[in-house]
Amino acid sequence: MLDGLVKWARGKSPWVCHLNCGSCNGCDIEIVAALMPRFDLERFGVLLEGSPRHADVFLATGPMTRQIRDRVVRVYEQAADPKFVVAVGTCGVSGSPFYPGYNVLGGVDAAIPVDMYVPGCPARPDAISYGVLRLLATLDPKAEALVKEIEERYDTEGLVYTPEEMAQQRDPVEGARG
Amino acid sequence: MAKLSFPVGPQHPALKEPENLRFTVDGELVVDADIRIGYVHRSIERSCSERNYVQDMYLCERVCGICSNAHTLCYAMTCEKLADIEVPERAQYIRMLMHEFERIHSHLLWLGVAGHEVGFETLFMYVWRDREIIQDILEMVSGNRGHYAMTTLGGVRYDITPEMADRIREGLKVLRQRAERYADIATTEATFLKRASGVGVASGEVCRSLGAAGPTARGSGVPFDIRTAFPYLKYHTVEWQVRTSELCDVLGRTLVRVLEVIDACDICLQALDIMPEGDIQARFPRKVPEGEAIARVEAQRGELIYYIRSDGSDVPARVKIRTPTLANLPVSLEMLRGGQIADIPIAFASIDPCFSCTDRMVVLDDAHTGEARQMTWPELVKLGRQR
Repeated sequence: MLDGLVKWARGKSPWVCHLNCGSCNGCDIEIVAALMPRFDLERFGVLLEGSPRHADVFLATGPMTRQIRDRVVRVYEQAADPKFVVAVGTCGVSGSPFYPGYNVLGGVDAAIPVDMYVPGCPARPDAISYGVLRLLATLDPKAEALVKEIEERYDTEGLVYTPEEMAQQRDPVEGARG
Repeated sequence: MAKLSFPVGPQHPALKEPENLRFTVDGELVVDADIRIGYVHRSIERSCSERNYVQDMYLCERVCGICSNAHTLCYAMTCEKLADIEVPERAQYIRMLMHEFERIHSHLLWLGVAGHEVGFETLFMYVWRDREIIQDILEMVSGNRGHYAMTTLGGVRYDITPEMADRIREGLKVLRQRAERYADIATTEATFLKRASGVGVASGEVCRSLGAAGPTARGSGVPFDIRTAFPYLKYHTVEWQVRTSELCDVLGRTLVRVLEVIDACDICLQALDIMPEGDIQARFPRKVPEGEAIARVEAQRGELIYYIRSDGSDVPARVKIRTPTLANLPVSLEMLRGGQIADIPIAFASIDPCFSCTDRMVVLDDAHTGEARQMTWPELVKLGRQR
């Protein structure tokens, strides 16, 4: 029963925590812009939370630098389950264009598991919010219905990628096999 | 009471970027402050000497997501000096427009964050709403909300059509009014004055001796601006003035930034009227002649310097970036000392710190023997792993 309650609460009001893994601030300000009057995600219950212990969704930006890696893993472990990680921006997806620098390990998934990839340089606020909504659809039937409606009305091709789709993108042969 | 030392960061609710601040406090008073940076070091300078001049342009743009246009502008100016290329007049005007658009967007962003840091959330929301006007303009002109990729070697990539110019004028007029309103709020609103006045004090003398740059220095009455001290682009053809404030505190820096937004609107409106017709791009050679060059621009946070050494190939031998936040960090620590704990966020934010800009690496020559040192790739990796 408790599981059901947690699932219900998180699907309705996800608290997001911004995780900077060595980002250039481009995606970070777009995340803030998504919460500001124009896009205003707060009306849907999304709240930007400073503490990882209270967070449900991590919005992780930037290429994973060697210096930040251990700290990011520690912060990730502090969050309570179920937790999601959204890799925001092309750097978060693959580390590009800084990869392969001596201090860059690659994308966010070089350190922590990622549940949704939002490419873009910087990722657009609407794409970030759509990525979060897609994740919530796995918890909340209402969000699932909303995603279906959005997909019927708008072209969402290439806006966000699930881990499976991303594996397919990275290595078409391997991805199809796996 | 015993002195207490505590760390803040790298991941902390009050910080927008990973950096580690260490404070020593005596009760509520901050006695000492120190900073450790390096979490956002992305080996950009090293990568620059592996890619060609055009590729580096896009890499340098991604040094910072807020002042990306200043970085490409400064990089392109350095390369053009090396290759001795004259940029067409119209392209220079468009570059100046983009430079000022970015200043508006960055200063408004900062004003919102400052409002947030002092607990004035209404200001935060209002400013970020108005900031969308300039974001729309930037998107209309360049096609992207950030990392505009507008500047290219020898000119700019897109032209500004008359229809665009009309929409820019409309937007800027609204923004100018809003900026005047914010200047009014900053000088009259009691809640803001209480949190900003007399907080984070750094005298003009301290700013000079520690080498502060940009609005941080101008907020302490140091009238230094690269746009007038070492003129570039077309700033001499439009009317504007260097804004300074003698207040030397957070309020002074806020006023300078808000007035600069108003000035930037004026500069853009004038430039749109006097912009000549013509080409927007000069031909740039693939290989750049041997030599070295330096260029400096007034980015929104202060003076930005690029140094490039060319060995005659299509890949630069060395690209060195020196960003304004690095110049402002010593003075920011000075501001924190002697202040209250509650004032740390706003005092530190008042220099508009950007650590993704700042995280460069320097290898010093041995001071005793004068021997030049070099680091190999494995050594760099090892250094990156170090705590």
